[in-house]
Amino acid sequence: MILVIKVNKFELHDGEFVRSITQLLKNFKVVHYKDLKKSDLDKSDKAILCGTALKDNEFIKDVNKFFWLKNYDKPVLGICAGMEIIGKVFDCYLEKVTEIGMIKIKTIKKNILFDKKFEAYSLHNYSVNKSKSIDVIAKSDKCISAIKVKNKEIYGVLFHPEVRNNEIINNFNIH
Amino acid sequence: MKLGVLFSGGKDSSYALFKAMQKDKVVCLISVISESEESYMFHTPIDNVEEQARKIRLPLVKVKTKGEKEKELNDLKKAIKIAVEKYKIEGVVTGAVESVYQASRIQKICNELDIYCFNPLWKMNQVELLKEIVKAGFKVKIVKVAADGLDEKWINRIIDEEVLEKLVELSKKYRFNVAAEGGEYESEVVDFPKFK
Repeated sequence: MILVIKVNKFELHDGEFVRSITQLLKNFKVVHYKDLKKSDLDKSDKAILCGTALKDNEFIKDVNKFFWLKNYDKPVLGICAGMEIIGKVFDCYLEKVTEIGMIKIKTIKKNILFDKKFEAYSLHNYSVNKSKSIDVIAKSDKCISAIKVKNKEIYGVLFHPEVRNNEIINNFNIH
Repeated sequence: MKLGVLFSGGKDSSYALFKAMQKDKVVCLISVISESEESYMFHTPIDNVEEQARKIRLPLVKVKTKGEKEKELNDLKKAIKIAVEKYKIEGVVTGAVESVYQASRIQKICNELDIYCFNPLWKMNQVELLKEIVKAGFKVKIVKVAADGLDEKWINRIIDEEVLEKLVELSKKYRFNVAAEGGEYESEVVDFPKFK
């Protein structure tokens, strides 16, 4: 079972940031990060951290609610806000950088999700900086676009593979 | 949260309005009337938005645009700004489903104005979306056709389950987008279900 962890504050954003992902999955359970229980994590095989709206940054002050990531030994994919959360948990700072629309992405480290150059749909006001705990696996012209936590199967992509590049979600699923 | 809905009177913006009203407080509709049928952003024709707004009992912010690429975005921004000032909206709702072009431009405007943007129909399966709209009780009439496989006989047809089935069949045969996001046909909602 893939645990889909909802980050958005407003229910009216569910379709855009949660349903858009779950409609690509078969066996999943959706839970909001504020309601997440240890048993949800124990029962899951993988987890996806969803994104949220440009103006919805409530999750940033709740980063301590994601420290379970440090002990979670299963694969995780963080999308947009999900990547920002992973960055914050693994020693990165957030930096203000806005990208909205189709953006050119360049792979800089071999990984299971994607390769080469491609275009992706971006919708963010922040990215992360480098830290000792992460490898940068992709960049855009402006910022770090994807990361992997060292020694863990935890990935973050700043762009939205559920909008364009659905194969990235599929690659995460089958890995 | 007080919301304004970008409203063309077509099925998608009407259904987005319906969804928004179930969760939040919609205080106005926002329509950009394009003088060009070639608009990249806006649905044409939308002659009946005023009457529709009266039926739904919501005030309407209406702005005209020449419909020229990119310039029309200034008119959209102007319309949203009026809604922010007059109706104190804190977010905009759109009926965007698949178009990254439209969605990203509206996102940019909302980001510049520091308000929320909601796209409740985003990436929905288009046949499922049409089914939901019909099931929710909307009466959607086809008012204009512009795709191979759709001749003039389709104009004025109300999309019910049977018509929908035929549309799906033709969209497969002639490879057009069944939800008409690329303007394959234009629709107008002639009757609304009861809004909450």
